[in-house]
Amino acid sequence: MAHAHESNKKRIWIVLIMLTIITTVEVALGIVKPSSLHLTSYLGTSPLNWIFIILTLVKAYYITWAFMHMEGETKWLRRSVVWTAIFLVCCLLTLLLIEGEYLHSTLAPLVKW
Amino acid sequence: MELNIDIAENKKTWNGGGAKPFGASYGKMMMWFFIVSDALTFSGFLAAYGLTRFKFIDSWPIADEVFTHFPGLHGVHAPMYYVALMTFILIVSSVTMVLAVDAGHQMKQKSVAWYMFATIIFGIIFVGSQAWEWKNFITGSYGAVKTTDGKILQFVKEGHQIALSDFVLTERTDHRVQHSKYNGLWFETEGTIPNYSVAQIKEAYQSNSDIQIRSELIDPATKQKIILSREEGLVQLSKTKLVVEGANLKVNEYGNTIFADFFFFITGFHGFHVFSGIILNIIIFFNVIVGTYERRGHYEMVEKVGLYWHFVDLVWVFVFTFFYLV
Repeated sequence: MAHAHESNKKRIWIVLIMLTIITTVEVALGIVKPSSLHLTSYLGTSPLNWIFIILTLVKAYYITWAFMHMEGETKWLRRSVVWTAIFLVCCLLTLLLIEGEYLHSTLAPLVKW
Repeated sequence: MELNIDIAENKKTWNGGGAKPFGASYGKMMMWFFIVSDALTFSGFLAAYGLTRFKFIDSWPIADEVFTHFPGLHGVHAPMYYVALMTFILIVSSVTMVLAVDAGHQMKQKSVAWYMFATIIFGIIFVGSQAWEWKNFITGSYGAVKTTDGKILQFVKEGHQIALSDFVLTERTDHRVQHSKYNGLWFETEGTIPNYSVAQIKEAYQSNSDIQIRSELIDPATKQKIILSREEGLVQLSKTKLVVEGANLKVNEYGNTIFADFFFFITGFHGFHVFSGIILNIIIFFNVIVGTYERRGHYEMVEKVGLYWHFVDLVWVFVFTFFYLV
């Protein structure tokens, strides 16, 4: 352990503040739902959804790097965990979301409202 | 004990050698293996949720209208405040966990124990909140009816959803009572019957001209559920066969049944992870108190259980986004 005896307390509190601010922003946007972000569309979904997804990834970065101490691990441990997970998740998401879209375009015309 | 002491002379990677791939100990490495595979399980669930949501994109329930309760505020429309609070509690528990790890690096047994204790308490509060959320979801807040072609109809007054009990005021006329083994056949059971009959609701709808029916269909322009006119409502209501109160795996007063199925499955699986995390934390907490790691010379076990606990928090961040926000 390279960091055997030093304390990272300051960093921990900064990360807590960051995570709290991000969550507050997300919830505020989720409740207000500004129509300029909510009712428009950008790259397949509303800009509001893109903001939520990006903020979530920022939170995931802070949790993994600071709390799970990824920043203290060796470069290749970091890469083997993060790259593997990101590649497989992207693969899965792409396939399933495309298929969901297909199911909708095939089945929705058959539903009578 | 001996297993945890590095053998400096043996530099082999396998056969009990002391070499550490990536400079990580065996236990930590295995925890990372587990975390990556578990992350893929959860992303499988969330991706399946995404597929189903795209499949029913024009009628998916709107989360703000489903999760509206806050403890102590009865009848107040409080969308998402409680789940935001739960998220914050889980983040704080992650912070106390990482503080425990930090104290472990400095061999402060007492601090580690206190921080572990705080983590356990916050974890229990989170699971309790989850249970409360489930209770509200299962009991339901408004009640709805289901048509023969499987669509949920909700009732609105001046654009706001109202509960069945707000406008169905007549006595039920079909004399239906809950069947139990004391008043019927002892070898037969019946699921809970709704408080109102379909006939009662139809009658109440016809006698209250200010009540309208809201369908599941979403208007793409406003992203709100479409409210039917009185006449269209009556046509839909005449196809009704079932009164739905609350949600379970078969029916869901908030809309698509599969929304409820995913809610139970994903938050349930996550809740089970939190529960296991609490059990692991309790075990490690007692080990800290009796001084196991003090004698061992390092608190790596706290780090390993910490990795798991942060992972549970990480998963919740994604569940929160995709279930409640997006």
